[in-house]
Order: sequence, then structure tokens, then C-alpha cells
Amino acid sequence: MSNVNKALARAPGYSTAADALGVQLEAMPLRAMITIRGDLADATLVNAVEAVSGCTIPAVRKATFAGENSLLWMSPDELMLFGSYTEADDLVTSLNDKAGGAHMLAVNVSDARAVFRLSGEKARYALGKGAPIDLARGHFGAGDIRRTRIATVATGIVMTAEMPDTFEVFCFRSYGTYLWNWLISACDKDALSDLG
Amino acid sequence: MTRLAEGGSLIDRTKSVSFKFDGKTYQGFAGDTLASAMLANGVKLVNRSYKYHRPRGVVTSGPEEPNALVNLGSGPTHEPNVRMTQVPLFEGLEATSQNRFPSLSTDVGVLNALASKLYPAGFYYKTFIHPRVAWKHLFEPVIRNIAGLGRAPTEADPDTYEHQYAFCDVLVAGGGIAGLLAARKAGEAGARVMLVEQTERLGGRMLVDDDAEIDGKSAVAWVAEQIIALEAMENVTIRLNTCASAAYDHGYTMLYERRTDDRKGAGPRHRLWRVRTKQIIAATGMIERPIAFYGNDMPGVMLASAVRDYVKLWGVSPGKNTVVYTVGDDGYRTALALNAAGYKVAAVLDVREDPIGLLVEQVRAAGIKVMPATGVGKVVGSKSGVSSIKTVSLMSGQDDTPLGDTIECDCVAMAGGWSPVVHLYSHSGGKVIWDAKLAMYRPDAQFRPTDGSGEGFVYAAGGANGALQTEAVLKSSSEAACGALSTIGMKADATVPGVIAVAEQPMQPIWFTPTEGKAAYGGKHFLDYQNDVTVADIRLAAREGYESVEHAKRYTTLGMATDQGKLSNINGHAILADALGKAMPDVGTTTFRPPYTPISMGSIAGREKGILFKPVRETVMHDWHASQNAEFEPVGDWRRPYRYQQGNEGREASIHREIARVREAVGLLDASTLGKIIVKGPDAGKFLDMMYTNMMSGLKIGKCRYGLMCNDNGFLMDDGVVARLDDETFLCHTTSGGSDRVHAWMEEWLQTEWFDLKVYTANVTEQWAQFAVAGPNARKLLERFDGDIDLSGDALPFMSFADGVLDGLPVRIFRISFSGELSFEVATPASYGLALLEMLISKGGDLGVGPYGTEALHVLRAEKGFIVVGDETDGTVTPHDVGMSWAVSKKKEDFIGKRAMMRSDLTREGRKQLVGLLTTDPKTVLPDGAHAMSADGKRAIGHVTSTYYSPTLKRSIAMALIEGGQSMMGQTVTIGIDAKTDAQAVIASPVFYDEEGARQNV
Repeated sequence: MSNVNKALARAPGYSTAADALGVQLEAMPLRAMITIRGDLADATLVNAVEAVSGCTIPAVRKATFAGENSLLWMSPDELMLFGSYTEADDLVTSLNDKAGGAHMLAVNVSDARAVFRLSGEKARYALGKGAPIDLARGHFGAGDIRRTRIATVATGIVMTAEMPDTFEVFCFRSYGTYLWNWLISACDKDALSDLG
Repeated sequence: MTRLAEGGSLIDRTKSVSFKFDGKTYQGFAGDTLASAMLANGVKLVNRSYKYHRPRGVVTSGPEEPNALVNLGSGPTHEPNVRMTQVPLFEGLEATSQNRFPSLSTDVGVLNALASKLYPAGFYYKTFIHPRVAWKHLFEPVIRNIAGLGRAPTEADPDTYEHQYAFCDVLVAGGGIAGLLAARKAGEAGARVMLVEQTERLGGRMLVDDDAEIDGKSAVAWVAEQIIALEAMENVTIRLNTCASAAYDHGYTMLYERRTDDRKGAGPRHRLWRVRTKQIIAATGMIERPIAFYGNDMPGVMLASAVRDYVKLWGVSPGKNTVVYTVGDDGYRTALALNAAGYKVAAVLDVREDPIGLLVEQVRAAGIKVMPATGVGKVVGSKSGVSSIKTVSLMSGQDDTPLGDTIECDCVAMAGGWSPVVHLYSHSGGKVIWDAKLAMYRPDAQFRPTDGSGEGFVYAAGGANGALQTEAVLKSSSEAACGALSTIGMKADATVPGVIAVAEQPMQPIWFTPTEGKAAYGGKHFLDYQNDVTVADIRLAAREGYESVEHAKRYTTLGMATDQGKLSNINGHAILADALGKAMPDVGTTTFRPPYTPISMGSIAGREKGILFKPVRETVMHDWHASQNAEFEPVGDWRRPYRYQQGNEGREASIHREIARVREAVGLLDASTLGKIIVKGPDAGKFLDMMYTNMMSGLKIGKCRYGLMCNDNGFLMDDGVVARLDDETFLCHTTSGGSDRVHAWMEEWLQTEWFDLKVYTANVTEQWAQFAVAGPNARKLLERFDGDIDLSGDALPFMSFADGVLDGLPVRIFRISFSGELSFEVATPASYGLALLEMLISKGGDLGVGPYGTEALHVLRAEKGFIVVGDETDGTVTPHDVGMSWAVSKKKEDFIGKRAMMRSDLTREGRKQLVGLLTTDPKTVLPDGAHAMSADGKRAIGHVTSTYYSPTLKRSIAMALIEGGQSMMGQTVTIGIDAKTDAQAVIASPVFYDEEGARQNV
């Protein structure tokens, strides 16, 4: 059997911003993304997910981190596992193996989304130009996640660190170009100079 | 020039600013508004009124301005209907007057005014109602041409605008002393506070009416102290130039921030804040009312508070010799301010019979004549302004009263009492109550707007709550802060600062000032300056039966202009009450609707314009398509290649070339947009048997089945191929536009009805890039890859799939066909999509490989009679109607739509059924949607759903839904092409090409 040549996989590419930005904005390389659906109170599933990811099951609207992996709460019966792109299929296999016969769904969706990172003291305000959620310091911190929208694009926003404030924003890949252009516009330093 | 030699706390006399009005250059100072600068240049005439084109001047100093509307900027930055009182002066500002022809000074529209008796309230309704047909074709176009104030801009606005979301505990609207105190109390209590102020300064009226001491300090010093304290608090955000425009349910508040109205600053010009707050404190102050007297719209007639604002804030005297006309003590402040600035006050006319008190005595002591129980009976002047007034005694009680003395003057300052700005309190359902003693509508604390838990979420503070004097204002503010904070479980300090202020006597409202003779009918007593509504109009409306305040408003247009009746409503309602012989509260008030003042269209759009206007979905091959000269078409939010142009070929040539490629060689279609949903679980088969009309549970692993999905009314809603990946897992393909809808549909049934089923779903549409590789050379092309999948017809027969690797690419290959040719759909994770495409192209050059677009796809499928949900269906079409009864299981106990399909209307004879149409002239391509006529030509019996010229068959083909069509094979029907032309077409099978399917099954 022929082997998959992972070098053939290409991350989405985006233009570079023409103007100075008030927030550091970057498009992230490919990563493993595994959608996990199941009963988050089921011990077999919890053990399987924790063992494979190294992360603890996150509380509602929270994310947990362990090395390269992170585990995101997506809905009452859905998690998202982030990890290394090259290990995506192995993660799915391990999850299915460890879950035994438990009723759950683990599916590799590593190629379905675009991920952007915003960092800097004005990042909260840049996102606040399109996301109708409370991003203020003290109200949204590292490990918080929201499934929300930016402008009219469905997105997930997870805060990976505070001071410097760092957010990862993900959306379906087909909307990536639109969201990238939107973020460039919202990160315009002149639109942030009088905020914060 | 009427600039005072000194004074003007807001202007910087060291910075001269040059600007243009109607092409003429003027000078002002930094800190001026356009209105103060024009007054400083002695220009009183700034506009013409809407209906009668009467000359008008500045009336106010704030956002309530009804008259001084101008066009600001030019070309792409042109903006109509801008209030001069709210435009900060900047170097190079260009403004032009509106609603005049040929010029502001010489305006022919003024002829309307000569005939004003011919334009009473309801004139348009009465005059243009007959003949009916004339309205559309004659009256309306002419009226539309002459109506309107400013003109809409014709070029795109080059500036940027944006939205900003924010959250807080307490939003304080208004930066006067009430707002400052409330914000400070909320801030000290630890709440997250936003304090917004529509002007560029904090302090409100206290910057002008500073004759009080607060906490032992001058009012101005106290204001400064509050600002320092607030700025030091991290939990308090202050935003100037930001108007609280609207309060909606659940504390959703809209703020309108004007950042760079000079269009020179960096960043967005306007910012629309969308704030969720737990509580709003509306410290929005009050608006002074004008008084209805004969000629009260002459340039030079202004609000008394505005007159002293111009004197004290901008060092401008609107008049050299002013008459003050007042209902209470407050007007005396204007007389004192003018006197202190060295200008003459000809007289103070007081409605009250016996004015007393400190302010009155100060005015008398200054040698200014005070005339009790006297009003302005008539204003005399011209378009350049007031030249004198005639007094009238207010003792007679008659509208028609002989006029008294003539008093020379160039300015009339009206102090008609104050109206609380209750807008924010009222936007979301708060009620107001008529306070007869204060002659004002003020917020009714019994009927606060309520939030989601039934708690009041707007508290009015200070003037907005009806408090007129400093002590009452601060007490009200403190109560509002305590109330608002206690509602959200916090506690504010209830201490009220000590106040020493001038005692004032009660005011005495006046709604109509008598005058002499015919003028007493009120036709020149203006209420609504902007819409030219007079006392006579309201009285006429009352006589004609418009008793409801809402009806009278619409009949007369009172309060319907861009100022929304800020100056006119209360006076108008009082006149209506009087005419109807009712009390004010029995007449009621009109509804306060957001926004408080007009907001720019740009701020509503935010940054969603140009490339950000709407999200567009692109596949991972989008740039490649573009590099191949693809012309894109929208499919849902996707942009799909419609055709690929080569050289200068026309559309049809591209499409025919692409079709021939698929029929004769091999074509590639980007099918990534097809929806893909994973359905997994022990009950997945059972679930899909319910979702689809046909049987899915029996599908074997590795096989595909085409399925139809109906809604609960039995009508087709989606279709696609289902593949069984393993015992518990299915992959369901949906239409390109349908993936989100179908996924939501599945989840709805799983979550609300069949929560006992063990099934999970995931929308994996975007995980995969997918290509149709279609044509006689398709297998040859794929066999050139180094792969581990046997692509032979025996190993991978039609309607099966296999997973494997092609030249290092992970793939899943489906044997499915939407073109009728030998076809493989090759899916690979999206990140590999471009690599797969490039390999397919490079390996198949000699096989004639190339891309084809969606139009070729459509012709190919139409030749085969394959339906497209949304073309052949319109939400009223069943599987039986489109001849697909074979895909509706008779064995299954139930599925969504089964019962509905048994209803009489869905089983009756003569429903529209899908047929093919072959025009008798093979070159005639029927228009899409064209109607088929009954034999007698009297009735439409169906319509064309898809229609193309088939290059394969070298003739036109079409599909149509025709009543009883499946039993009309071979009959000829007439199809209307346009109003004059018909075509004849023979009803045939919709499968025009390779009916037995030999080409795809190899």
C-alpha cells in the first residue's frame, strides 16, 4: 500500500496586511482538530479523552491545555481536540480504541477550519468590533472559549494566554479569506488608538 | 461681526479657522460650532423651510436644532441634513444651504408661502386623491421632485465606520451634573460604568447656568472635581462625542460616537457601540421649549437658553438688542448674560402677572424693563432677521387681541419652559406622566422599562426626571444611582451634595400667544419649524376629527421631520388638547422611537462594505479557478466557477467546450461545496430511514445510494448520495446550499423528537476537497496515479466507493455520476485538494483533461433528466411529482413526509408532474420559468424549470412541471415566450440522453 505524503498538505494562505496593525495577527499552520461527540459525563468516554489528549475535560465554555494538545468545550455533548496535524488520524484511532464500545463520535476535521491568532493589549477590542461577547479583562481570560460570531461569520474564540493577551479564532475554512480580511480591518491601529 | 470682545469658554481665540458656506469664505475660532461661527459672522439666514420655503435661522445650540440643517462636504463626503449646531468647526469645512433655488437669499419656492392658505394640513391627501390613476403617474413624481431637504450623496463614502461591542453594569447617558454624580456613585460602588456625553464636554448646562454652589464650591469647580475623580477610576469609561441613541430590550443600548467628523483624523469616522448594560441611568437633561407666537420662525428668534449658550460658551451674541419672552425665572438668566456681556436687552416679557424673586430683581436692577403679563404679539422683520416686535397683553383671554407697543430688537429669546428628554426612558416601554405643575411629561417611576427578569432597567436622573433646579437635580441623580445599583445587587452612597442656589418662582405655561385680526387663526404661529406645521394646522386637524394624537401627528406631519418633534411635540399636543377641550394627559403623547438623533448610514453599515459586505465561501481551489479565468456564480454563500473562459470565447462557447470535454474526454468539477454530514451510532440506520424517503439501513458497507429528503409536508427539501462507511457510520451528501440546513434539520429531530436514538452527527463539509472526474477517459486518468485502489468496473462498480492513496494523497473515491458519464468523485482532505487538482491536470494532458463549470454541469445533468432541488422543486413538489416514486419506500413503516404524502391534495390526479419538453423548432431555447398554456389558451398549466441548448443533442431541451404531464407524453403544448411570441413543444421523457445509462455504467 502506498503511503500518504503529508508534505502535500497545504495550509490556507492569506495576503499580508498593507497597513500597520494595532494587534499582532497571524494565520496559524495546520493542526489536528478532532470533533468528539458523546456523553461528557460517561466515565469511559472521559477516561478515553483524557488519556489520549492529556487534557482534563473542560468545564462549560472553558478550554484545557496540555503541551501541544488542547481540549475545547463546544456544546453540552461536543468537544474539540487540538493537537499535532500529523497525528490527527492516530488521535481518532486511539480515541475509538480507548472508548471501547461507548457510543461516541470522533472524527478528523483537521482540514475543515482556518485558525488565526491575535495578540497584544488591544486584541480584546479588535475582536469586540465584531463579536457580541464580553471580552473585557476580568470577564474573559485564559482558558475561556465562546462559540459566537465575528461580523456574520460563525467562529470560535479561545483565549490561550493573558498578558500578553492571546486569542485564537477559528472558523470554517471557506470563510477564512473573508474573516482574515475582516480581522485586518478591525486590527487597524487607528481604530484601536482610543480604546483601552 | 457679533463676536464679543472677550469671553467664550469653549473657543480658542488664538486659532483662527477658515470655512465656506455657500461658496463664501468665513472665519471662526477653534472650538466653534458651525452655528456659532455663522452667528459670529452676523449671518442669521441659514436655511429655507421645507414646505413654505420661509427664511430660517439657528434656533438652538444643540441636537434639537430644527432649522439649521446644511449639506456638509461635497462629492464623496457630501452629507445632507446635518445640524449646524452639532458640527465642530474645522479648517476647510464646506457647507451649503438646502432646500433653496436658485439661492438661499433668492428662493423661488417662497411662492409656496404666498399661497400658504392653500396648503393646510392634509393638503396632499385632499388634493391629490382624485383621479386615482394620477397619483402614481403625475402627482407623486412631481411632489417627490420638490419635496425633501438635503440631497442624497451620489458617490461612495471614502470614510470608514465601525461597530464596537461592550458590556457594563451601569451606562450613564449624559455628562451634566446628574450624570457625573450618578457615574461617580456607581463607580465608587464598584460597578462597571460607561459614561457617555453627546457633546465634546462634560458639565452640561452647569457650564452656562453656573449660579449655584455645590458642596461649597462653585458649580464649575465641582464639575471639574467630578471629572478628575471619574478619570481616576479604572472601572469607569468616559466617552465624549457619544450619544446614547437607543435603549432596547434587556439593556441592549446603542451609542453613536462621532470620532473624526472633520474627516481628517485617523481611524473610523463614526463608531456605533452596541452595549449590553444591566442598568441605564438616563441623565439626558432637558430641552427648552419655544413659544407659539405670530412670526416665531423669523431668523433671530431663538431659544433663550441657546442665546446665553452662544454668549457664554462661544463669545457670540446672536443679537445686539434682545427681547426675552419667558414663562418663568429661567429666561431672566439670558437677560443677565447678555447684560453682563455688554449687550442691550430691550425688555423681558413675562407671562406671569407678578414676577418676583432674585433673578427678576437682578434684571430690574440692571435697568432692564420687565413687562408682566405681556407676550410677543407679532414679530416684524425680513429674511435677514427680526427688526422689531409688537407686544400683546395676555390678560384678555382672546386669541384676537389688539397689539400694543412696538419694541425695536434684532433677537427674540424664547423661554417657554423645559421638557425632560425622556427618550431613553421611553424607547423600551417606559411610560411618562403629565406633571401639570411643572407643565412637562416626566418619567413615571411606576412604569419603568423592564428587563428579562421583570426588573426596571432604566432610571431617569436629574433634568430627564423632571428636576428643574440644581438641588433637585442632584437628589434625583443620587436616587437614580441608588435605585439602579440596588436592582443589580450593589449599593451606592446615598449622600446628596449640599447646594446653595437661587430660589425660583413657579413658571406659568403658555401654549398660544394672542395676536391681532386674521393672524389670530394661528397660520404663522409655528410649532414644527422643520415641517412647517402651525397652530392653525393642528386646530384644523382637530376640527376634522383627528382626535388621536397619533392621527393628528400623521395628518399634519407634526414631529415627523428629522428632529422628531423635539421642540414641537409638547406645544402641538397642548394645542390639540385645547382644541379638543381635553386635558393634556387625555390627549397623550406620541411614541418616542430610536435613534434619539439621526445617525449616519455609514455607522449602521460599519465595516461591512466592499469586500467585507458579505461573507463569501471559497473552496481551497478558488485561486486556481481564478487563475484559469473562471467566471464565478453564487451558490448559497459559495462562489463556484460557472465556466472557464479561454481566449476571447463567449459564454456559450466555453460551456459547449466544457460539455464536449466531459462527453468525449475527461472533465474535472470542483464538487467540494457538496454538503457532507457524518451520521454515526447504533441507531444511525434507523435514523436515516426516517430522514430519507428511501431505505438506508439496508445499504451495504462500501456502497452508495441516492436519497431524497422531504420535509414533514411531504415536499422535497434536499437530495444526495449516502455512503455507508462502516456498520455504524454513514456519510450523507447534501446539495451545495443545503449542508447547514440539513445538518440543523437532523439535529432538530435528534434533539427534540428522537432523543432516545443513539446517533451523533458532524458536519464535515469543509474537511474534504472533492472532484468529479467525469468522462470516457476518467478511469484512464486515475489509473495513471500510483495508487492502491482497483478502479475496474468489477472491483469498484457504479454506486460504490473505496478508501486509499493516490500518489501520496489520502483519497476516497466514489463511483457516482451526475453527468451520465463514467465518473469518479475523488475526495481528499481539503489541505491536499490543490495538490490533487494539480496532479490530475498534469497527468491528463494527452487525455484532454480540463475543468468544467457549473453551467456545463447543469446542461450535462439536464441531458440525463437529473433534477436539481430548487430548480425542479419549489417547496410544493413531492418525489412522485418528479417521477421518482422509485425512491419512496413502500416498505418502511414511517419516514418524514410519509403521512403528508397520503393527503388528498398530494395524491390527486392532475398534479404538476415533471416532464421533458422538446421544442418543435430545435433552435428555440425556452425561457426559464415560461408558462405552458392549456389547450384553450386560457390557463397556465405549468412552467419550465430547466432549459438549455444541448450541444450533445444539437437541439434545445427543457424540463417542466405540467399538470398531469406524465400522461400527456407526445402531446404538443404551447409555451409563452413573451407577450407576443409562443413556442410549441412536445412533451417527452425528461431523460434526453442515454436513457439506459450505458455510458456511466462501464
